[in-house]
Amino acid sequence: MHLHEILFWFLSFMAIVCALGVILSRNPVKSVLFLIATFFSISGHYVLMNAQFLAVVNIIVYAGAIMVLFLFVIMLMNLNADAEPQKSRLVQMAAVLSGGALFLVIIAALRTVDLNNKAMITSEGDLGLIHNLGMVLFKEYVLPFELSSVLFLAAMVGAMVIGKKEEVIQNP
Amino acid sequence: MPIQYYLFLSLALFSIGIMGVLMRRNAIIVFMCIELMLNAVNLLMVAFSKMYGNADAQIFVFFIMVVAAAEVAVGLAIIVMMYRKVHSVDINILNRLKH
Repeated sequence: MHLHEILFWFLSFMAIVCALGVILSRNPVKSVLFLIATFFSISGHYVLMNAQFLAVVNIIVYAGAIMVLFLFVIMLMNLNADAEPQKSRLVQMAAVLSGGALFLVIIAALRTVDLNNKAMITSEGDLGLIHNLGMVLFKEYVLPFELSSVLFLAAMVGAMVIGKKEEVIQNP
Repeated sequence: MPIQYYLFLSLALFSIGIMGVLMRRNAIIVFMCIELMLNAVNLLMVAFSKMYGNADAQIFVFFIMVVAAAEVAVGLAIIVMMYRKVHSVDINILNRLKH
């Protein structure tokens, strides 16, 4: 086994175990920490595919910004107690069954699909480096890039309007 | 690594996200499982981008991350507002739109 394969299996195992930890742990803070570990292993996969720009952005945006936001909200609400009410056993069983059934159905559908079987995902090629991605982003996708700034502005205003304390409306 | 391995890995992560959405009652955990599903799709998209040697898919992954960040900001604001109103993030209590 090459180093590439060992890293692939290790990162895959870590991603799946940590994802299971997200949905199985009772404490929401532990769920957030497991999700951060999942994001780090997905970033490791990006590095293995030589998509280094996305790996760094994934760590900065997801593990750095979004998960800190989740952690702040959980700690502000003081939810880090283990006393979360659980759904009934029947509903949990149905959830696991339907998720597993979806998994099986898509695997059965994809098993015979005519993919390019010789396509090996290697860590060669400089496709995901910042030079190439920047050329594509600022040549072909410059309008969506600018529109995303409007989206962020709208999200920021929306979050502030929703999150501010309601003032008592005085009837005239 | 063959492309099928990445397909199965991201499919497994997506299914785990779906199980979490159906299984948990905490609204924040449900939200986190949606993030997990988005990341599974991102991983598959980067793998296909490598397979076809096309950089457009990686730009799309970048935009998915942008949209996810905006979505998280608004969604968490909604959850905080709900928590202020009903002092709970249990989705079995937050079903008042039905009535």
